[in-house]
Parts: sequence; C-alpha cells; structure tokens
Amino acid sequence: MLRRPDLLTLYAILFVLFLYGPVLLMPLFSLNDSTFATFPLKGLTFRHYADMAQNAPMMAALRNSLVIASVVTLASTALAIPAALALTRFRLPGAAPIVSFMMLPLVIPSIVIAVALLVVILKFLGLALSLWTVAAGHVLICLPFCLTVLMSRLEGFDPSLEEASNDLGCTPWQTFRRLTLPLAMPGVISSLLLGFIISFDEFVIAFFLTGTENTLPVYLFSQLRFPNKLPGTLALGSLILVGSAVLVILAEVIRKRGVQSDNAGDI
Amino acid sequence: MTIAVTDPAGAPRRVARGDPSLRARRIAGFGLLSPALGLMVAMLALPIGALVLLSFWTQDGFAIDRTLTLANYARLVAWSDEATVWFGIPFHLAYPVPAILMIKSLVMSLVATVAVIALAFPMACFMAFRVTRHKALWIIVLTIPFWTSYLLRVFSWKIVLGFNGAINSGLIALGVIDKPLEFLLYNPSAVVLTLAHSWVAFAVLPIYVSLEKIDRSLLEAAADLGDSRWQRFRRIILPLAAPGTIAAALLVFIPTVGDYVTPALVGGPGGTMIGSLVQQLFLKQNDAPLGAAVSIAMMAIIALLVVIFLWAIGYGRMRERRR
Repeated sequence: MLRRPDLLTLYAILFVLFLYGPVLLMPLFSLNDSTFATFPLKGLTFRHYADMAQNAPMMAALRNSLVIASVVTLASTALAIPAALALTRFRLPGAAPIVSFMMLPLVIPSIVIAVALLVVILKFLGLALSLWTVAAGHVLICLPFCLTVLMSRLEGFDPSLEEASNDLGCTPWQTFRRLTLPLAMPGVISSLLLGFIISFDEFVIAFFLTGTENTLPVYLFSQLRFPNKLPGTLALGSLILVGSAVLVILAEVIRKRGVQSDNAGDI
Repeated sequence: MTIAVTDPAGAPRRVARGDPSLRARRIAGFGLLSPALGLMVAMLALPIGALVLLSFWTQDGFAIDRTLTLANYARLVAWSDEATVWFGIPFHLAYPVPAILMIKSLVMSLVATVAVIALAFPMACFMAFRVTRHKALWIIVLTIPFWTSYLLRVFSWKIVLGFNGAINSGLIALGVIDKPLEFLLYNPSAVVLTLAHSWVAFAVLPIYVSLEKIDRSLLEAAADLGDSRWQRFRRIILPLAAPGTIAAALLVFIPTVGDYVTPALVGGPGGTMIGSLVQQLFLKQNDAPLGAAVSIAMMAIIALLVVIFLWAIGYGRMRERRR
C-alpha cells in the first residue's frame, strides 16, 4: 500500500506515462481512419489490420521471423541448460571470468557483433548470407539471456535435493531428468519465451546478416521510409508490441512462480 | 536479474572426498559447459579477432589487399594543414568524419546516460522505499518496454516528434501553432531523447537492486541520531547505491555509443553517430577494412574510457567496501 500520495509517487506515475506514452500512440493511430498519424483522430477502423493479410511480403517476413525465432530459442536454451548446470553445480575453476565472457554480447554494440560475423561469413568462410546466418547471430545474443534466467533459477533451489538423489542411487542423468529439470522448468520456459522475443524483435544483426529474404523487423524498417505505408506499419507494429508484451508477462509470471527468494534484491 | 556464481551448499564435503572425484567432476562440468562456451568462442571471440585482422588489410577496388598494414588506422588520424571546424573545434585531419562522429557519439551517449540515471534514480527509490505490495507487478511494468522491439520504441518517437507527428498535429489542432515545428525531429537532441527513453527502464533495475539491499536499520539509526532526510540520502543511500548506479550507467553508455537504429530513424543528416558510419563503410562504400578499423577503434576508445572512469572513481574499492 502506498503510505500517502507524495512527490515520489507522482514522479513514478509520470515516469510510467513517459515510458509507455509514445509506444501506445502506435496502436492508437493504427485504429484511426486516416493515412497519417495525426491528431485530431478521425474515426475507428480495423481496415489497416484487415489489409495486412493481403500483404504477401509482410506475411513472408512474418513466417521467416517465426521460424527463426523458434529455432533460435530452442538452440540457445538447449545450449544454456548444460552450461547453467555446469556454472552453478560444478565449482569450476575460472567460472567467474567464463560467465563474464559469456555476458559480453550484452555490452558489445550489436553493430560490432553484426559486422564481425559478416566479415567471417563473407570474407573468411565464403558462405552466402541467408536466414540461417541470421539465426546463428541470434543464438549468440540470446545465449547470455537464457543463461542468466536459467542460472538464477538453478541457484534458487536447494542443491542438497540433488545430493540426496545421488546418494539414493540415482545416476546423474536420472537426477537431472527426474529432479533438476522439473524444478528448473519455470526457468526453462521463461528462457524459451525470452529467447523467442529477443530473436523475433532483433533488427541490427538481421539487417546485416540476411540475404535476399527479410525478417519482420527488417521488413518493417524498409517500410518506415514510405509515408503512404504508415498505417500498415502501425498496425503491424501494434500487433508486435502486444505479442511481445504478452510473452514477457508470461515469461516473468512463470519465472517468479514458486520461487520464494530470500534475497530481497533478487529480481 | 542478478548474475552471480555461488558455491553450492555441501561443496566442502565434495572436496574432502579426494582429488580424483573432484577432477572427474570438473571434467564433467567443463564437458557440460563446452557446447555453449565453444559456440561463444567460435562466434564471438574468433569473429572479433577476424575483424581486428581485417582492419590491418586494405580495400583495393573490389579486391582486398592482404598485406598487413596500419594504413586504415593511419587514415583515421592523418594530419591535414587545413582544419575542419566542428562546433568551433578545429580538426586538423585529412579524413575528419570518423573522429568527429566518434566524439559526437560519445557526447550524445554521455548526455543520454546522465539523463537516464537522473530519470531512473527517483523511480528506483520509489520502487525500493514506497512500493510494499505488488512489487512484482511494478517490476513487470518496467520490464516490458525493455523486451519489446527496440525498433518500434524508436519509431514511436518519429510518430511523436515528426513533421506530421503527434505533437505538431496536436498543437495545431489546439490552435497553439499555425505550422509544424521543424526542430523537433532529425537532430541530435531527438536522438538523445530517444536513446534516454529506450534505455531508462533498463537502468532502474540495477539501481533498485542496490537500494533494496540497503539495511533499513542503518536509516533508522541515522534518523535516531538526528540526521535529516537529506543527510540520510546523502550519507547512506547515495554511497550504498553507487555501485548499482555505476553499473546501470555503464550498461547504458557502452551499447548506446555504437547504436545504429536510433540515429538512422530519428537523427536525420545532423544526428548521425559512429554506428551509422560503420554501416555505411560496410554496406554502401564497400570499404570493409576501414569499417573494421573504425569498429575496433570505437571499442578500444569505449573500453579505455570505461577503465579510466572506474579507476578515477575507485570502483574496485567501492565494491570491496560493500562486501
């Protein structure tokens, strides 16, 4: 309960308005019966949404993005699960620097990652750019996030359960399959959802590494230059925003469920 | 999210069991780690290495001359008697674009980072000291914007600030102005505003975590001993929140210097940053080696500035004190 309305609370309300205001204009104008994103609003229409289904390039880009995001999130979660186990359960020498190294994609500007991969793919390996090269780049940037989510989940429950399981004669695989994986499941699902969103929304790496085919953000970027395409762009953008928000809420709720963290600061 | 490696409970017993089993466990552990780590080495460390190598080669028409040379870096700092004046600063460089864009990017990112911290700190205080129920809900409210499309969040500012945008059309509809204000979009201020908006939610969380960890009895003790609200803030909250705040500032500053999307969408010709130049050199001007040199120089300068900054404020000692 808020003790009393004060300046700080007022500030928090303004902060949330600032955070969400600009973004919420997109769905607002997408429902406006006009080709411009301007006030005053003219009237309610769903025309821009109906037109989207007829837009073949947009649908192709949507399909590409869905496929890439699914493949990427499965691959990065599959790689992150054993890595998270190794880093939280095995007391490896040098674990801290290894974790720092694996978190690097979070602080390196994505344009540098993009051009570095571009150089390797084109100049050193001589491969052609395609949706697969985009997917490879996305795995790299999703991995730190998947790893973080899984590690914090694995640290969240008592490792003595696993020791008990081992002492009672389970093989390491049985312990993992029957105990660790079910307990870590909220983290796994959350990792899958977040990996999906990151890949689905990622623009810079896809922009550099894609061949002739577009992902949805690359398609969207190419449309932003044309004022007459604005309503369709707004409708598509609104759907992406709503979709991402739903996935994030789902991921956070699942991740939090059943975790009674003693650490107040652990979010 | 906190990133920490903790020792599993019961680890001492494992050590006591003797060396052979410990070694076997370590081998098993590295075995589990190797697919992810191998991928990171193959796709991050090696490509950055390749970028460094490329920066020592030169573009020769459509071919690449693989003789190792510092020519690209030399071009970035080549002296010219004729100065290019930018904001009253004379740049005596034959090819001044990268140097000017680098300084401009650093300044713009710095302004955006300061704005982000100034905006995020009170919000983090609100989260830590005012919100007692529905804390998870507030965290989700702050998390959603961070995860939703960066491209769309930036684009939304184009709708807000544009010539035919929400502010202009709204003010015209209200009769405040007659014709659209042109200074809103396509300039460095628009880029800084958009960058600050895009990253501000991301900065709240680390600051909030460090505030939340402050022992409340310290504040009570200070109040009992006669400290005013301001003194408590100045002498307890601010020093203890400093590590989280500095981490937040770096997490915003480092990636924004090289941002490409924001200047491309809301920057216009005057709002370009170093990332725009990298994109141009690679995709438009077909001079990948020079683009590689610019990228590497950019990362080196950022890293150097960060190290100097952390050293200057004594970040290491600050962290020690918290333990």
